[in-house]
Amino acid sequence: MVNIPSSMDDPIPPAEVEDVELYHSHSWWTTYVFSQDAKVIAIQYSMTAMAIGLVALVLSWLMRLQLGFPGVFTFIDAERYYQFITMHGMIMVIYLLTALFLGGFGNYLIPLMVGARDMVFPYANMLSYWLYLLAVLILVASFFAPGGPTGAGWTLYPPQAVLSGTPGGADWGIVLMLLSLIFFIIGFTMGGLNYVVTVLQGRTRGMTLMRLPLTIWGIFTATVMALLAFPALFVASVMMLFDRLLGTSFFMPAIVEMGEQLQHAGGTPILFQHLFWFFGHPEVYIVALPAFGIVSDLISTHARKNIFGYRMMVWAIVIIGALSFVVWAHHMYVSGMNPNFGFFFATTTLIIAVPTALKVYNWVLTLWRGDIHLTLPMLFALAFIVTFLNGGLTGLFLGNVVVDVPLSDTLFVVAHFHMVMGVAPILVVFGAIYHWYPKITGRMMDETLGRIHFWVTFLGAYLIFFPMHYLGLLGMPRRYYEMGETAFVPPSAHSLNEFITIVALIVGAGQMVFLFNLFWSVRHGKDAGGNPWRATTLEWQTPTTPPPHGNFGKDLPIVYRWAYDYSVPGAAEDFIPQNQPNDDRISREPS
Amino acid sequence: MHETTKTKPGIALPPLAPGMQGFASDWASDQRAFKNVSWGKAMMWIFLLSDTFVFGCFLLAYMTARMSTTVPWPNPSEVFALNIGGQDIPLILIAIMTFVLISSSGTMAMAVMYGYRRDRRKTAALMLLTALFGATFVGMQAFEWTKLIHEGVRPWENPFGAAQFGSSFFMITGFHGTHVTIGVIFLIIIARKVWRGDFDQEKRGFFTSRKGRYEIVEITGLYWHFVDLVWVFIFAFFYLW
Repeated sequence: MVNIPSSMDDPIPPAEVEDVELYHSHSWWTTYVFSQDAKVIAIQYSMTAMAIGLVALVLSWLMRLQLGFPGVFTFIDAERYYQFITMHGMIMVIYLLTALFLGGFGNYLIPLMVGARDMVFPYANMLSYWLYLLAVLILVASFFAPGGPTGAGWTLYPPQAVLSGTPGGADWGIVLMLLSLIFFIIGFTMGGLNYVVTVLQGRTRGMTLMRLPLTIWGIFTATVMALLAFPALFVASVMMLFDRLLGTSFFMPAIVEMGEQLQHAGGTPILFQHLFWFFGHPEVYIVALPAFGIVSDLISTHARKNIFGYRMMVWAIVIIGALSFVVWAHHMYVSGMNPNFGFFFATTTLIIAVPTALKVYNWVLTLWRGDIHLTLPMLFALAFIVTFLNGGLTGLFLGNVVVDVPLSDTLFVVAHFHMVMGVAPILVVFGAIYHWYPKITGRMMDETLGRIHFWVTFLGAYLIFFPMHYLGLLGMPRRYYEMGETAFVPPSAHSLNEFITIVALIVGAGQMVFLFNLFWSVRHGKDAGGNPWRATTLEWQTPTTPPPHGNFGKDLPIVYRWAYDYSVPGAAEDFIPQNQPNDDRISREPS
Repeated sequence: MHETTKTKPGIALPPLAPGMQGFASDWASDQRAFKNVSWGKAMMWIFLLSDTFVFGCFLLAYMTARMSTTVPWPNPSEVFALNIGGQDIPLILIAIMTFVLISSSGTMAMAVMYGYRRDRRKTAALMLLTALFGATFVGMQAFEWTKLIHEGVRPWENPFGAAQFGSSFFMITGFHGTHVTIGVIFLIIIARKVWRGDFDQEKRGFFTSRKGRYEIVEITGLYWHFVDLVWVFIFAFFYLW
């Protein structure tokens, strides 16, 4: 390590941590399969997540086929429909988005962006991936188990989740689902502890918390939240597993099924809802906060301008994270809670809009008079802002008890959460992949294919989910296998449903363009060089691209400035990397 | 875990601003938020925070079940009484179990002290004694489970009242007992390493191939004290309520 002399007014304090020894692999197996390198683990996580996400995409097609053309596709019976809906939701939220943002981007970006050689405990990090893979395999196995996967809805509400009337309820489906969740949580904890400790204790010299790129702030806060929220899901899963396998009655009231009195008595289904949503609401922000962070960096880099209000952005992330633990019961307005609880939870829910709106304003103000390059990552970032704003506004409707009660269980809710936590984060995922792909592979993804992918996805998502708001206001219920003949649903609504289905098929097919681009560009993409976006953060300053094992060669970088020195007056270039010494004291860093 | 904490002599750190501002800037300064905390120790603390939420959820779920069940809850003083010499003594077994577990925290703390003094034999012996206390605790728990099962208590029913009593009891004490068992296993593994002198020779770990340090004794101790502390809450909420 280089010895940097330190004086009292030097922004770089003396070294406290010496170089950390790394695990060096010796064989093909330990380099590419059982790898302890966070970058390889990140790619493993991402590929697994995208593979299982593809399954969920196909499930959504099947669901839409039934909704758009009821009765035409006879192999989709009511039971299968519920299984598709359940698995689609569960996979997308947990096995795709959570795993991709934290396991994928977290693993790749945290060590590189904070200037570390690797995660602090690479071995636990490796175990984290293999447990995640095991969880995914158990989940996939439930498709082939007797009775098929569970059809309880992704919220798995008891008592119906473990009753024989629900697909998989009395068979293997629910058991495999709960086991898979338990393994996912154990695996995630191993990874999550790594991410948190690496950010807190493993940074390089000069990298203070207030110099971290917002991407890291988002992933870090989301991981802390996940470590505190997943325990509730873990406990709920264990208890429901006991209800199902041992015949306990934690969540099961006295109940008559098919004319037969069951053995269960005295349990409380509402308890499950509380446990589930104590996990479930933070989960929304576990997916959203990394997206917030990444999008801030994309906008700043591609608008060549420092992020507006960096400190406010950091505090907004932290405050959103904290507040999200006290709003969970806004998912339960119709569950029969004490009305005063509704008042409390509506208030906290609406308060969250303040830091969230602050972030949206700051993104827009960052763009204002910036040098906007409409690159692929920028397009996706812009699309994210408008989509998130749309989804967020309907959240204000649903956060109020009196408005939520009639809208609850209609397609309005489906439209809301798909906009705000489905489409918006996935747009960031795409933007981030287009942005960091050159660092991961050394090549650019194809621009034309990327633009086709962008417009199909962005416009398609709006064509799918905008009409759903209208259908929801009409009162069209969600999760129904078919509507049948109802007076309040006009024929035009049915044709709208057909329209949505056709667009959904096209948007799904559009993702194949992306997948093709992803694999094709590994060999055939344009050569990217080390820093194609001329970005400031440390991952773009590595000696080779893709970064070597140990990330930074012999010496770790030393950080002299924040991550947002773009277009600084007086600088030679329109960006100054974080590891460039600040000898002439030019920087936009807030002091 | 190999990183060494050194402040280079002769270099003065910049003075901190007083009060909250100094606290904040110290916390947010580069490299480490917690200056003298190693990676392993930080990781254990954060894991324990997460585990606190697991036990917290278990206990809250138990309380909710207990409050919402329609059948009366059994009286713990009677259910957990032992008949000794023709007399029912309430909570006697739990009292002994709790005493044993709390004592094991004492021996653990001594092991940590001797570990930092590089006293291999005393450290290993005290860790094994801690493990023995832990195993005794789990053994007595097994005895308690056997007794209740013989009396007809099951996860799905019990002859004394609400079925949720059996469910919560087996689930929560079982989950805690699993924690104690894992702790005992780790204590034995680490004690063996201390005894062999792995940490004096900086021998590399079998799985992680990183050099071990005596600090692992303290980190194991953190886990052990946490498991004890959780027991105090289980004891209070399950047996004394």
